[in-house]
Amino acid sequence: MTIDWQAFWLTLQLAVTVSAILLLVGLPVAYWIAFSRWRWKFLVEAVVALPIVLPPTVLGFYVLVALGARSPLGRWWISLTGHTLAFTFGGLVIGSILYSLPFAVQPFSASFAGVDRKLMAASATLGASPLRTFFRVIVPLSVPGLITGIALSFAHTMGEFGVVLMVGGNIPGVTRTVSIDIYDRVQASDYAGANATALVLLAFCFVVLVLVYSLNRKAWAVGPAK
Amino acid sequence: MTDARTIESGMAAASLTAQNSPPDRDQLAVRLLKRMAGQGHEFVLNVEFQAAPGFTILFGASGAGKTTLLDCVAGLVTPDAGSIAIGDCVLFDSSRSANVAVAKRRVGYVFQDLALFPHLTVEQNIQYGLAHLPQAERRERSSAILQAFRIAHLALRRAREISGGESQRAALARTLVTDPAVLLLDEPLAALDAPTKAKIIDDLREWNRAHRIPILYVTHGREEVFALGERVIVLDAGRIVAEGTPHEVMTAPRQETVAQLAGFENIFDATVEAVHPERGTMICRLATTGHAGPVLLETPLVRAGVGSALRVGIRAGDILLATSRPQGLSARNVISGRVTSLEQRDVIVSSRVNCGVEMEVHLTLAARDSLQLATGSEVWLVIKTHSCHLMEK
Repeated sequence: MTIDWQAFWLTLQLAVTVSAILLLVGLPVAYWIAFSRWRWKFLVEAVVALPIVLPPTVLGFYVLVALGARSPLGRWWISLTGHTLAFTFGGLVIGSILYSLPFAVQPFSASFAGVDRKLMAASATLGASPLRTFFRVIVPLSVPGLITGIALSFAHTMGEFGVVLMVGGNIPGVTRTVSIDIYDRVQASDYAGANATALVLLAFCFVVLVLVYSLNRKAWAVGPAK
Repeated sequence: MTDARTIESGMAAASLTAQNSPPDRDQLAVRLLKRMAGQGHEFVLNVEFQAAPGFTILFGASGAGKTTLLDCVAGLVTPDAGSIAIGDCVLFDSSRSANVAVAKRRVGYVFQDLALFPHLTVEQNIQYGLAHLPQAERRERSSAILQAFRIAHLALRRAREISGGESQRAALARTLVTDPAVLLLDEPLAALDAPTKAKIIDDLREWNRAHRIPILYVTHGREEVFALGERVIVLDAGRIVAEGTPHEVMTAPRQETVAQLAGFENIFDATVEAVHPERGTMICRLATTGHAGPVLLETPLVRAGVGSALRVGIRAGDILLATSRPQGLSARNVISGRVTSLEQRDVIVSSRVNCGVEMEVHLTLAARDSLQLATGSEVWLVIKTHSCHLMEK
């Protein structure tokens, strides 16, 4: 019984990369969802929320098709780099970002929308641009929501299976994540190995979430009195 | 060099004359129309006014459109039509599709709930609007205003940790430090006790002596109108219904409406016979019917010239009845007449008295009995000056 630490390392890399990118991508998307007055906004909200209800295999399948050599996107990537994104770490990152997007964007936009509009108006009348208002007023007052969003997308990516299997396959060191490893072991009747790996993943995710939520509580404690 | 000096001295001369007569270049000119969809009803704000440097009070009940008006000037709400300008600087003009962004208007706005940034210190709040300045100047300006508003000791405290009065000072300081061209104050002192309020108003007056910008000050408190007022604009249901000095406006004849007439049993057409500004009263002659002699009433002073037509409203319960001519009264109006009818309504006796005009007077049953009143009795009516309510005809 050995634990595949390579798979752990890869999963961690994936989760960190995806969370970091989601923080960057999620902020503007969440801002738009929180403050846009476009009448068809709900359509975008529905699209962003889709991964919550969609079976991961369905999402994974479409990502795989989109990355493949038959889609314009896949062809464009191949013409740039010479190889396809499917079954690579990059492909995995793209699939995971789409899959975890709502887990980042929804807490972000909920906390943005919760910021007192009067504070934003005050910022504007004091000569601040929307960008400055965003970084000096909205983001600092949304820290708990940001932490929640990042923690959720991190944990969600750590344990993801279906999308990884569809988009990444099972290439050791490239796309073989912990959950795939556990699945493999169970398939091979290595219950002891599956158990050990699963326990480590469970413990790790639990510790991360405990850390994040304790920090978050602190953030609340010094945060705005609601 | 010579040219520069000429220009400078020219400007100095201009600013000297400007002190004598309010300069147009600093004046706020507003003309706007804004439809707002309310719950079940549509509200229309339709106003036009100018505000010279100094305090202009916007007075009116809640829902009159005061805050919407400020939001339009600040650019937080876009009017449907009209124009807003400070001197030559156009902030909004629907005919030219001009609409300057909120951040570029130089309109200082202190909100009713102050909107201090809770996560920043008082000093950071105050420096928030100075981001465009070098750090040294930022520090200098913020420490000067912290001193002026007596909150220097709070500089490093978080905004959420300071008291109500301190927050009001911090919010005022944060806005004033940016050197705005117009200042909007939306009931910034509403939540304060009177002494604190008076001190802050003094500091604000002091600041305004040095800066001389138009200040729109929203309130629905009468005392504040008289404490601050150089000029008052009264808003009602989105329209300006009166404009002038506090004394003129707050005592001005009000538009006669069904609501205002409710409770006035006696309403008479009247003309102003004489005006006594030194006493704060005037004499009105009531329109009498037929042969009767003139009925004169001393009423509160309103903005109306001799000969102008008004309406006087007197509540039947505000009139005293006497069976002999009363002496040594503070009430100014004592009029003789004759009871023409007595009618009991529940526990009230409604009496009609002809004294040239017919007035309805309400008495208690006990009063009727002790005065032994009957139809035809000769009586004197006693009416206090301030029981006479004047309305525009």
